[in-house]
Amino acid sequence: MVGQSKIRRVLNAIGLYGAIFAYVAFALFPIYWTVKISVTPENLLYSEGIKLWPTHMTLKNYETVLRASDFPRYFLNSMIVSIATALIVTAVASLAGYALSRFRFQGKAWVSLVLLLTQTFPLVMVIPPIFRIMGQLGLTDNLYGLIVIYSAFNIAFATFLMQSFFDGVPKDLEEAAMIDGCTRIVALRRIVLPLTLPGMGATVAFVFTAAWSELLFALMLINSEDQKTFSVGLLTFIGKFAVDWGQMMAASVMALIPVCIFFAFLQRYLVTGLTAGAVKG
Amino acid sequence: MASVTLSNVSKVFGAVKVLSGIDLAIKDGEFIVLVGPSGCGKSTLLRIIAGLEEESGGDIRIGERRVNNVAPRDRDIAMVFQSYALYPHMDVARNMGFGLMLRKEAPEKIASRIGEASAKLGLGALLARLPKQLSGGQRQRVAMGRAIVRDPKVFLFDEPLSYLDAKLRAQMRTEIKALHQSLNTTAIYVTHDQIEAMTMANRIVVMNEGIVQQVGPPLDLYDRPTNLFVAGFIGSPTMNFMSGVVTLKDGSRVRLGDGSLIAIAAQGVKEGQAVTLGMRPEHLAMSENGIAGVILVVEPLGMCTQVAVKVRDELITLMVMDRAPIAPGDQVKLSIAARDVHVFDRASGQRIG
Repeated sequence: MVGQSKIRRVLNAIGLYGAIFAYVAFALFPIYWTVKISVTPENLLYSEGIKLWPTHMTLKNYETVLRASDFPRYFLNSMIVSIATALIVTAVASLAGYALSRFRFQGKAWVSLVLLLTQTFPLVMVIPPIFRIMGQLGLTDNLYGLIVIYSAFNIAFATFLMQSFFDGVPKDLEEAAMIDGCTRIVALRRIVLPLTLPGMGATVAFVFTAAWSELLFALMLINSEDQKTFSVGLLTFIGKFAVDWGQMMAASVMALIPVCIFFAFLQRYLVTGLTAGAVKG
Repeated sequence: MASVTLSNVSKVFGAVKVLSGIDLAIKDGEFIVLVGPSGCGKSTLLRIIAGLEEESGGDIRIGERRVNNVAPRDRDIAMVFQSYALYPHMDVARNMGFGLMLRKEAPEKIASRIGEASAKLGLGALLARLPKQLSGGQRQRVAMGRAIVRDPKVFLFDEPLSYLDAKLRAQMRTEIKALHQSLNTTAIYVTHDQIEAMTMANRIVVMNEGIVQQVGPPLDLYDRPTNLFVAGFIGSPTMNFMSGVVTLKDGSRVRLGDGSLIAIAAQGVKEGQAVTLGMRPEHLAMSENGIAGVILVVEPLGMCTQVAVKVRDELITLMVMDRAPIAPGDQVKLSIAARDVHVFDRASGQRIG
C-alpha cells in the first residue's frame, strides 16, 4: 500500500510539472521565436528553413532599428503616453474607487452601472464620433489626444479594480484612526493608502500595459511620423512589397523590455497579504 | 474622566427604526455594559457615542459638553474594536503611540506612556512586532494598550472578546475589570454575552429591538427582571417559564396547565389573570409534591448537577447542588418557594409585584 501511494505521488508530481511545463512552453514560445528571428541574419531567414535554434547570430537588426529608423522616437512617445495615462488613471480611479467603496450617496448604483456600460461598447463603434470630437478639440495627431482617450477607456475598469482593493481594507481601521485623531483625509493617507499600495501598483501596471500595446486609436489619431507610438511604428516595417521581419522582431523585443522591467519592479507590490494581521482572520 | 449622558437618542436607517428614545445617564468612572441579542441596536448606540454614526435625534453629552456635532477625534474617547483594528503596517509601539503622535505629543512622553501601558499589559517584549506576528490574545492586548495610552475621558468597547477562545476570554474579562478598577475611567462595553455583562458591569443596560429594557446593577437585574425579555436574557442556564392562571382562594396561587398549584408571593395579581411564571434553575428543587415530570437528561458539572426535566411538553432545567442518585426516566416532582417565583403578565410581559 505504502509503495503504491508513493508511486502515485510521484506520478502526480510528474503530471503536474508536465502540465505546467507545457503551459509555460506554449506561452513563451512566441516570445522566443520573436527573439530568435531578431538575431537571425537576414540572408538566412528564408534560406535555411525552419530551425528551432539560431545557427548564426547577429545584432545587426537591432543596430539598424536603433540607428537608422525612427524607432527611438516611437519608443519615447509610447513611454510618455503610457506613463502619463497610468498616472492619471490610477489617481482618478483611486479616488473614485475609494468613494464607491466607502460612501453611501445618491445615484451610487447608477455610477457603477454607467461605468460598467462604458465597457460594453465595441471600440470600433465609437471610433467615428471620437474622431470627430477629437478633431474639433484639436487633439488629433498629438500625444495629448492619445493620453485623453486611453485614460477615458481605462478609468472604468481601474475604478472597479481599486474599489475592490479598498473594499479589502477593513472599515474598522479607518474608524480606529479617526478616533485616534485623524480626519478622514489623514486616515486615508496614513492608513488606507499604505495598505492599498499593492492595488495601486497593480492598477499602474495594468493601465501602463494596456496603453503601451494599444494600436487602434493610435493608428487612427496619429499621422505625423514624430508623434507615432511604437505599436504604430512597428507597422512601418511592413512595406508594400516586403516585410522586414528581422528589424520588426528586433523592435518588438525592445518594446517588451519596459514592460518586463516594469513588472519586475512592481512585483513586490503585487504580492497580496499586506493587510494580514489587521483584523482577526 | 467624564460622565456620559444620552437623552432621547434615536437612529433610523431608511425606514428601519434602529434606536428609539434612549435615555441613559452614565456616571463618571462607571463600567456600563450594553447587552442584548444581535440587531438590538447596542453597537449602533456605541458608534453614536463614538461619533462614527450620526444620530437621527436626541442629545449626546460627554461631561458637560454636547458632542452631537463633534468629530470622533475631538471627543476624547478611545475605542477597542471587535476586530481589534490594529494598523497592519505599524509595529506594536507605533500602533499604541499613533494617537499621541497625531496629537503632537513630545516623543519622550509618547515613549514613556507606551512603556507604562505595555508594562501594565505585559506587552514589553512585543513592541517591535507587527500585528500579523501576534496571537489573538496579544492583538487584543495591543488594542487595549492603544486605548489606554491616550488616557481618554471614556473607553468604548465593541464586543472586544468575541474572537477569543473561552479560556482566554475569561482571563481577559478579569484583566479588563482589574484595569478598570485601577484606571477608573468611564467605560461603555457592548456585548451579546450576558456572562460578560454580569461579571464586569457596575450597571447593565439590557436592550432589545432598539429600546432599553432595563438598567441596573447585575444582581438587581438577576433578582428582579422587569419583563419577560430581561428575565429570559439574563442568567445561565436561562430562567424556566410556565404559563398559568391566578387563583386567589386560600392565598395567591397560580394554576398551571396540568392543574398543579404554585404559591406566589407577588402582590397585585387579579383573580383569573393570565400570567407567565419565571423560575430560576437553582431555585427549583425535587420534593415530595409539586409539578410532576420525568427526568430527561442529567448533566453533572462537578460543583452541581444540571437536570433537564420534561413537564408535559416543556423542558424545565434545574440545578441540584447535592449529588442525588437520579437517572433519566425517573419520575420527579418539582417545588419552589413562593418568594422565588417571578410573575409576569402574559399579555404585556411586564413583571407583577
